[in-house]
Amino acid sequence: MSADTTLAFDASCHIFSGCGFPAPGLHTFLYKPMFEVAGFEFTKPMLLALLSTLVVVVFFWAAFNKPKLVPGKVQMIGEAGYDFVRRGIVYEIIGKKDGEKYVPLMVSLFFFIWIMNIWSIIPVAQFPVPSLIAFPAGLALIVYVLWVSLTFKKHGWTGGWKNITGYDKSLGWVLPLVVVIEFFSNLLIRPFTHAVRLFANMFAGHLLIVMFTLASWYLMNGIGIAYGTVSFVMVLVMTVFELFIQAVQAYVFVLLASSYVQGALAKGH
Amino acid sequence: MNALFLAAEEAQNPLIPHLDELVIGLIAFVIVFGILAKKLLPNINKVLEERREAIEGGIEKADEARIEAESVLEQYKAQLAEARHEAARLRQEALEQGTALKEDLRAEGQRQREEIIAAGHAQIEADRKQAALTLRQDVGKLATDLAGKLVGESLEDHARQSRTIDRFLNELEEKAEAAR
Repeated sequence: MSADTTLAFDASCHIFSGCGFPAPGLHTFLYKPMFEVAGFEFTKPMLLALLSTLVVVVFFWAAFNKPKLVPGKVQMIGEAGYDFVRRGIVYEIIGKKDGEKYVPLMVSLFFFIWIMNIWSIIPVAQFPVPSLIAFPAGLALIVYVLWVSLTFKKHGWTGGWKNITGYDKSLGWVLPLVVVIEFFSNLLIRPFTHAVRLFANMFAGHLLIVMFTLASWYLMNGIGIAYGTVSFVMVLVMTVFELFIQAVQAYVFVLLASSYVQGALAKGH
Repeated sequence: MNALFLAAEEAQNPLIPHLDELVIGLIAFVIVFGILAKKLLPNINKVLEERREAIEGGIEKADEARIEAESVLEQYKAQLAEARHEAARLRQEALEQGTALKEDLRAEGQRQREEIIAAGHAQIEADRKQAALTLRQDVGKLATDLAGKLVGESLEDHARQSRTIDRFLNELEEKAEAAR
């Protein structure tokens, strides 16, 4: 099915009834604007992104607004999550001394991304916000600006470039090659892969769930019901798997962000 | 369901960010970051720090109590050892004193015994001498009387008489010496 189809899915279509499988595609990720303000189209993923903000803020507000020395249940859960990012990622990668400053950013990133991912399997929402490249790109951009500016702030103009390009005289004749590769890899490819890693995982996961869901429905005719059942089991399996992937991808995104910051702060070669 | 999905006007590259979405995404994140970084995480950090201090304070207190208990125990042990030592010393002293006392008593007893013996001896000697003297006089008188009776005359000449008696007695003593 091509991207210029008017109707993304034809719900009336079943196997053996003469119509083709309404396969999911890029159009799966396009939403009709809910409303439009001065040319600004507000869509469901945007709503979900803002709801993610609400969820994260409300949860941490409940947990940390009036924290107690002996924590209640919500605070205990909040502390566990906070500690997971703080100790498990930031302290591990950047170190306790240098890393403390970046803990709020990493904690925000982790829980914001995680909640945005989780919408994928929440009924009615059913859409992982980071499967639209703009969302991970924005976050990756923040991290990119942070670590690049940190690099130059920490090492100065030339030192910063040396840090980014992996400049090291002892490399001898391979030095130019290393400098070029490192330049592209760090400055150009890194932010791209950082964003795309999250985007692609959510994109593919959503596509799979949608495909098996549509197939389950589409196969609901005659003998097709047997296949449809298998397809539906796959929906359940994929949902559980996505639950896992959502957390992993949030973790990986923050892990990479921390390692970029750590690289920026680290002594040059 | 259909209404949710929109037809794409043109083929779209999923890798090109939609500007509106980018803006919303950044705003959404900045709100999260702002509230967490400015308010909530400092809150919890303060409490975590307080808790850490409370726990460490507790540990410190326990440590202090333990150290004090140890020092008290140490003191008690020292005192006990001292008391034991003192007792041993006293016992030793008493033993020594007792021994010395016994020694003294024994020496005293010995001395008294010797004194008594010596006194006895002296008494005996004196008595003997007295007896000897008395005896000599009596014997002299007796002998003189006997001789007077025998000779029938009074031996008036005292000096001669005395000489004779002395000679007699000396002979007697010599005999007694020889006999001993």
